[in-house]
This record gives sequence, structure tokens and C-alpha cells, in this order.
Amino acid sequence: MEAFWIILTGTLVATSCGLLGNYLILRRMAMMGDAISHAVLPGIVLAFFLTGTRDTIAMLIGAGLLGVLTTFIIDFLHKRGKLQADASIGVTFTSLFAIGIILISAFAGQVDLDQDCVLYGEIAYVPIDLWISNGGTILGPRAIWISGGVLILVLLLISLGYKELYLTTFDPSYAGVVGISVGLWQALLMGAVSMTTVASFESVGAILVVAFLIAPPATAYLLTTRFRTMLWLTVGIAFLTSTGGYVLAVAIDGSIAGAMATIAGILFAIAFVFGPEGGLMSRRKKQATLEESTVSAA
Amino acid sequence: MIKHVENPVLEVHDLTVSYARKPVLWDIDLTLPQGSLVGIVGPNGAGKSTLIKSILDLVPASSGYSKLFGDDLANVRRRVAYMPQRESVDWDFPASVLDVVLMGRYGKLGLFKRPRKADREVAHECLRKVGMEAFAKRQISQLSGGQQQRVFLARALAQEADLYFMDEPFAGVDAATEKAIIGLLQEMAEQNKTVVVVHHDLQSVVQYFNWVLLLNMRLVASGPTEQVFTNELLQEAYGGKLTLLTEVSELVQKGQFAAREKQGYRG
Repeated sequence: MEAFWIILTGTLVATSCGLLGNYLILRRMAMMGDAISHAVLPGIVLAFFLTGTRDTIAMLIGAGLLGVLTTFIIDFLHKRGKLQADASIGVTFTSLFAIGIILISAFAGQVDLDQDCVLYGEIAYVPIDLWISNGGTILGPRAIWISGGVLILVLLLISLGYKELYLTTFDPSYAGVVGISVGLWQALLMGAVSMTTVASFESVGAILVVAFLIAPPATAYLLTTRFRTMLWLTVGIAFLTSTGGYVLAVAIDGSIAGAMATIAGILFAIAFVFGPEGGLMSRRKKQATLEESTVSAA
Repeated sequence: MIKHVENPVLEVHDLTVSYARKPVLWDIDLTLPQGSLVGIVGPNGAGKSTLIKSILDLVPASSGYSKLFGDDLANVRRRVAYMPQRESVDWDFPASVLDVVLMGRYGKLGLFKRPRKADREVAHECLRKVGMEAFAKRQISQLSGGQQQRVFLARALAQEADLYFMDEPFAGVDAATEKAIIGLLQEMAEQNKTVVVVHHDLQSVVQYFNWVLLLNMRLVASGPTEQVFTNELLQEAYGGKLTLLTEVSELVQKGQFAAREKQGYRG
């Protein structure tokens, strides 16, 4: 049963992260996930000060707001300040993360809120941390409920806003002309990324979240040229990563999060070498067809 | 020489646009008649693309405003289509030709609605018009430059608008494609749609357009081609670029206007 809960949590988190990651890598914002995952720290701390509890919902809202603010600051520095995009990201998230650290060390030293609990969640503890209702019924691991809820929100966003997210990712200025607000959908996407990363921290830890955001969609990108297929493949890869990671961790008796991130990397490497679309093996073939089609068109 | 018209389909009033406090467009004031095929002509860096983008609210104006169909853009988006430069997007994006053309229908669909069968039919019809129907399922990264250009044109056509803005639709296309595209645009102008095109090649201006905007940061001229495309005004727009000027005067001397007269101006 423990294995089941851990694999299920891993899959749920990897699916939410991976689905959003598809948009991040196509928008060339892969590092944004990394940035947001750190920059939300002051949001979590402020939410704690305001509510006085470590209530997950309050923390998620605090983190979500900070995540959206982060993207605005990065956008502002890049567009108005004429700073390079990567430099804007670097300056913004390190500063915000540092503010969060100071807030924690100066004011929250007495409570159980530290970098460890915020950043280095441990997926192995998932089956232990049960959600028990007031009546005393055991409802299963808390992490399952949180990551399941987040996944439902993510699925709602990308199914209801499918064409809006697709168009603003492919051609933002055209989206603006046909009346689809680029800023609004960017904010919704980044809000979702912030919420997902924070909700996932607690259960699987920051490093694994960043790996889940990028590795499965990057792998899927190499396997297909259809966006819908890319999303479905991401779900499959998320499941493989989580299951394979757990099996590997048990076999070597090592860190589960580390093993899952490793499997994600291995799956990517396999796709990189053997993938039909972007893989090394197919590059030459693809180049040949491209030349052929160009000639036949002319 | 700036000719104004009654009931313009597009009115630009005292428009100034700056990047980093440096003006790129200065005090542009113009009106365009319905059903015209308009060429925006001028040297590199004259602000041709910026003018279109500013009209479409993609770059902010420092002062002035644009009215389309006598209204603000926000109220008439469904009647306005846009074809950006090919280089503005990543062609390795996971999308098929049909996916891209269907994007032309998104503005009409509204929030949360998926494209329906009717939208697919429009998209296929537009692909047929640009001679790309056989490529509907093709991945966009497998297209040549000219084919990409035609896909973008099909996407703009799928908007079924009354006013079209096209940013260098002829850049990097072969002669056959260029001929096919201009044929389509002329057909649209005949149906009383207005088409505004950023254009680079002076050689073809007279053949293609019945209205010309000469731009070089400020508006040098706006009016029917035969009145605007003169040696004097071109010198003013391209001022100082000698080699080009001789080319232009040769063009004017060749009397290419004769071919133009036959089409006449439909205003």
C-alpha cells in the first residue's frame, strides 16, 4: 500500500507539473519554473504570518500571488528595464528567495516553518502523513488530496483555456489582434505554475518539482510533432517516471525523489537518441524529407 | 501629398510612436478608402511594420490614435485580420498546417469554445485558396519559407475580415507564390475588402497597389498610386540613397504607369 501511495503521489505531481511544463518549454520559459519555485518563499511566509497556521490553502494562495508577482517583475525588468530575459529571472528569484529566508530566520524561528519543510519535502513520508477527518475517519494521505486537487485545477485550466493557451504560446501578437489577452493567460499559467510547485514541494521536494516541470515535457517534445499528443505523452512519461523511480529506489535502497529525477533524465536521454522527431537517429532522415518537400514545392 | 477621403475605413490621427524615447513614427495623419489595395513603402527603418503594429495596438502610441471603421479596434476586432512576419514565430512548434489556419477562427469563437466543423471547412477552403490544401496535416516545421508564408496568409483569410494588415507577405517567397498571393489580394479588394501591405520591392509597387503610403518616419505621401509614386516624392522618401534613386527614376521613365491605368482605381 505504501508503494501505491508513493507512486500515485509521484504520478499526480509529475502530471500537473509536466502538463504546465509543456507550455513553459514552448514559451522558452523553462527556467521560469525554477525561478518561481524559489521566489514563492516570501509568499508562503507572509501567508503564515497572516493566518497564523500552516494551512495548505492559505500557503497556496500566498505562493500563487507571489508567483504571479514574480512573472510581472521579471517581465517589467526585461521589457521596461531592457535587461536580458535570463538576467531578469536571475536577479528576481534570488532576491525574493533571500527575502523569504530572512523573514523565516528573523520572525519564524520558533515555529515549525523552515527551509526544510518548505523546500525539501520527502516523498517517502507521504503514506505516514494521513488526513484524518474530525469524525476520526482516515481519508488517506494528505498529499494525495492536495496533489489530486491541484491536478484537477490544472486540467480545468488547460481544457477550458486550450485554444487560448495554445495561441498565446505560439504567436502572442496575433493572439492580441484577435482579442485574446496575452497578459491574462500568462498570469493564469504562471499562477498555476506557482500553485503547483508549492503544493508539490511539501510532498516531493523542490528538486523533484523542477525536474518534473521540464524533463517529461522535454521528452515528449522529442517524441511527437502534435501538441495534443505531447500532452498525453507527458502523462504517460509522468507515470513511467514515478513508477520506475520507485522501483529503482527500492532496488538500490536510496532516495525516492533522487531515483525519480534520475529516471526522468534517463527517459529524456533515450528519447534524445532514439526519438522519431527530434532524436539524433532521425535528424538526418528529417533533413532529407525537408529538402525533398522544398524541391517538390518549387 | 496626403490625400484624405470621406468615410475612411482606416483613419490614423496625429500618431507618434517612440522606442526608448526615440521617435520611430512622427505625426502620421492619414485616411484610407474602402476596397483599396494599399502598399506601405519606404526605406529600411522607416517604421512600416511599426505603423501596422501601432494601428493594431501591438506597440503603444506616444500620442494620437487610430480608428477602424470609425471605431476603436477593441469594438471591431472581428472585422480586422493580421498577417505577421514569418520570422515572428517558432516554426518548430508542435502544430500542423491546419492547426495554424484554425487559429484564424479563434477570435470569432469566443471563450471556452472549440473550433467546430464549420470552422474546419473555412480553414480547408482558405488552404485551397492559397494552394496548400494537400499540406493540411503537414507539421509546420517541414514547410519551406514560401509555404509558411502561404499558411500565414490562409490563417489571415480564415478570419473572414473586412480589413487586412499584412507585414511583408512577399518576403522570401518564390515568384509563383508571389503571383498567387497578389492575385488573391486583388480579388479581395474587388470584393470591397481593404488590404494594407508592408512592401519592400519598389519594382512591383505600380503593378500591385492602387493606393500607396510613402513612409520615412513621417508620412511623405498617401494617395492613389499614380499620384504618389512619382520621382519627386520617392526622392523625398528615400532621400540621399543615390543608387536606389537612379533605379527609381529608371522605373518612372520606363512609364510603367501605363499598365497601371487599365486596372483603374476603385475607391
